[in-house]
Amino acid sequence: MNETYYERRDLEDFPHIGEYAPEPGAKFFEYYATATSAGKLTSREKALIALAVATVRHCPYCIDAYTNKCLSLGVGNDEMMEAVHVGAALVAGDTLAHATQMRKIIKQKEM
Amino acid sequence: MHQAASRTDPANAFIERLTDCGAFPLRASGIDILQLNITRRCNLSCKHCHVQAGPRRTEMMSRETMTRCIEVAGTEEISTIDITGGTPEMHPDLEWLIIQLAALKKRLIVRSNLLVMLEPAYRRYLDVFAANKVELVGSLPDCNAEKSDRQRGVGTFERVLQAIGELNQRSYGVPGSGLRLHLVHNPVGAYLPGPQAALEAEYRRLLGDRHGLSFNTLFCLVNTPIGRYLDYLKRSGNLSDYMRALQCAFNPQTVTSVMCRTTLSVGWDGRLYDCDFNQMLNLTVNSGAPDHIEAFDYARLAGREIMVRSHCFACTAGAGSSCQGALKT
Repeated sequence: MNETYYERRDLEDFPHIGEYAPEPGAKFFEYYATATSAGKLTSREKALIALAVATVRHCPYCIDAYTNKCLSLGVGNDEMMEAVHVGAALVAGDTLAHATQMRKIIKQKEM
Repeated sequence: MHQAASRTDPANAFIERLTDCGAFPLRASGIDILQLNITRRCNLSCKHCHVQAGPRRTEMMSRETMTRCIEVAGTEEISTIDITGGTPEMHPDLEWLIIQLAALKKRLIVRSNLLVMLEPAYRRYLDVFAANKVELVGSLPDCNAEKSDRQRGVGTFERVLQAIGELNQRSYGVPGSGLRLHLVHNPVGAYLPGPQAALEAEYRRLLGDRHGLSFNTLFCLVNTPIGRYLDYLKRSGNLSDYMRALQCAFNPQTVTSVMCRTTLSVGWDGRLYDCDFNQMLNLTVNSGAPDHIEAFDYARLAGREIMVRSHCFACTAGAGSSCQGALKT
């Protein structure tokens, strides 16, 4: 039995996640390929978006995959870090925006 | 050396993959490109160099061997002569060789690090190449200066840009001029290159828009795990991950168009190989085909069995890789 839930080689299993449910699996991969391939946005831009989402979602597989993809596409280390900061800022902003709920309750409850 | 002995070698996963897709033994389908590695001397010592070229290397092709290569280059079926090294400009007979080969009126390629042409002793090649309509393939691992310099040495990026500028002034890389200048990208680290078209667009954006430089095509090469690059993979603890990445990226569709099927590589001493990588591993052509340029025999070499090993995964990964860039674009 593995000692950790996340193994680096698990990433290689990604193409097989359609096992036991091949039809939705195939539909997912079709969608995934369309969504992440170059369209109006370039493959570089999409890889940077994916990297930011991967870090926000704390997904080790996606961070591995999209860091490598960004390197492959010639994306600079500074560009990757800027993308991660966008993710971090959105998480911070999202947290602070929810303070509105707290502030509303405070104002409702206090004399 | 016969391949049959190695077929049972469990380490040779490449043979297993070829067998799985019905392509073993892999055979040549002719000789379209004659690639001459005329020297291992170089003014640089790049970290990824599979040749392990450098200023202290002394291997040089003799005039006698060059003369035989010129005779062979005249073979009707051979359309392209591809001169490589090391740094070909550092071979004292390169100019003579170019003039002889240019007379054959075939596609003539020289692979250069470009910046050597800024040195006074080699400046004349800027004009020698243009006068003989030599197609140039120049190394520029990354269009980011810091990354490129990490692989080739501090200040090399700026000097390559300067050399490209001088070549552009002579109409190299200018569409319609007939003087072709291609650049070569290879990853600065233990990862595979992205799609050639996307990287070419990025090179054009940075070199063109920012520096006003032009080139014809970008060739994306996968780093082959031999020579200094293999040393780097071992030193950095990346070897097993890199080999696994190459194997996972194996693309059966590239097998029919791998460069060894149409290339014959000649070493500085006249020995014959399926490719420049096998040359560095001393893996000469096999199956009883002549293994020296003195014994060149088109009929016997054109359908020879290719010597394959695990490093061949570099040429079949993803879009494939060759001295002419990606195989599938």
